[in-house]
Amino acid sequence: MEKTNVQCDATNRVDWPAFGEALFDLVRRTSCELPADVEAALKRAHDEEAPDSTARMVLAAFLENMALAREKQAPLCQDTGVPLFFVHHPPGLSRRTMRRVCEEVVARATREQLLRPNAVDPVTGRNSGTCVGRGTPGVFFEEWDDDAISVALMLKGGGSENVGRQYSLPDDALSAGRDLEGVRRVVLDAVRRAEGKGCPPGILGICIGADRSSGYAHSKHQLLRPLDDVNPDPALAELEARILREANTLGIGPLGLGGKTTLLGVKIGALHRHPASFFVTVTYMCWEHRRREIRIEADGTYRFTG
Amino acid sequence: MIELNIPIAEERILSLHAGDAVAISGIATTGRDEAHKYLVDHLIEGPRPLSAEDQRLFEELKTIYRSGAIYHSGPIVRNVDGRWSIVSSGPTTSIRDEIYEDKVIAAFGLRVVIGKGGMGPRTLAACKTHKAVYVHGLGGAGVTNAQAMVEVLDVFKKEEFGLPEAFWKIRFDHFPGIVTMDAHGRSLHEELGKTFDDRLAALLRSG
Repeated sequence: MEKTNVQCDATNRVDWPAFGEALFDLVRRTSCELPADVEAALKRAHDEEAPDSTARMVLAAFLENMALAREKQAPLCQDTGVPLFFVHHPPGLSRRTMRRVCEEVVARATREQLLRPNAVDPVTGRNSGTCVGRGTPGVFFEEWDDDAISVALMLKGGGSENVGRQYSLPDDALSAGRDLEGVRRVVLDAVRRAEGKGCPPGILGICIGADRSSGYAHSKHQLLRPLDDVNPDPALAELEARILREANTLGIGPLGLGGKTTLLGVKIGALHRHPASFFVTVTYMCWEHRRREIRIEADGTYRFTG
Repeated sequence: MIELNIPIAEERILSLHAGDAVAISGIATTGRDEAHKYLVDHLIEGPRPLSAEDQRLFEELKTIYRSGAIYHSGPIVRNVDGRWSIVSSGPTTSIRDEIYEDKVIAAFGLRVVIGKGGMGPRTLAACKTHKAVYVHGLGGAGVTNAQAMVEVLDVFKKEEFGLPEAFWKIRFDHFPGIVTMDAHGRSLHEELGKTFDDRLAALLRSG
């Protein structure tokens, strides 16, 4: 438990500079240290690959990189991605202010080499130099009935983002109809197409349903779930397990160089869809799934909860 | 682990085969999307005469790349008292440079292209014609890779391209990777891709 003065009293006045310090700590930890569930999954994958295989050698290098990054407090990957903040907060807090603090923290972390400047103006081609620009970082808010503020941060790398896909069912080429079997078929196709380009072994965040924009947003939310949780919907839990098992028979392996471990996890959510639409949206997360979470209590203390 | 020291002789490249683990040492540069666009659109195919600044950089890059290497990476860099160092620098996805790489290999006489995810038939053909290999780096292992990038010697186009896209001239020391496309026309990516296709087809049949 780290005691700070992130005071959030009954009238919801927050000590914003202290809130920023807590967020900076979150950025540092997210960029330099993988969460325990991801580390454990990578260690398991390493042990399961054949001795002397390329896959095992690659996974051993990943484990070494994790240890080095932690020791040196250096970013695990040079691509610190697009920072995505997911904030849960009590009623009455200024979202505009929270967004501003997120941006300030990202700019500071970029100055201190915890993040790479990843915001490029697509018209002029100019890099903003701060990792802050129009639409980035992403900040998503939910209000809840809790006195505390919870902030999850995900660093979403560009290479893996590029191999995400959205399918509109039915899909003739894949004989994918508008049912969970259709979902299974297109998701396996997405894993095949991503091959080594998304830095496998990957983790899939999937959304079934809703529209094109909410599909991508919800698929990213799925990536916040711990790798070892069980989907509360039994049909989706079964589908997750099946896709994970089957994708790992494709032989893509770590970095696409062949091996048993192609995916570390599959997380599926479902949103109500328009009768005419049946979207399946797949967001691919690389092996280095950098996501951490802090919880700031009303008394100003905060701790890492993920 | 096979050691490759820049400059690398043609015979050395011909002795390599897809699947070989290598450790690369010597002076090379990073270069990704903007760098490749600039190399081809300006230096190789751009209108002549080149500006004095472009000509100078062209000459410098010719010296570095002749029998040398380019690394697809956009590093995180640190500057302390005017001296740059590499903090984290894994490979970026190479296929985005597929439309440029064959021309870069041909024009500069590159022996090694380092990146991740593999490249396509144009690059594979250029590797065969000009005796070069594609080395797959350790994607995501930014700190491990940075340990093998021991000295920043210079940087080109930093202001214009931004820090990740600039050419960073670096001394490499035992930089790790695996040859996945060799100078004999063999691509591990192509071969593995056929296996992935077969296995996917089997899974979809069993649906």
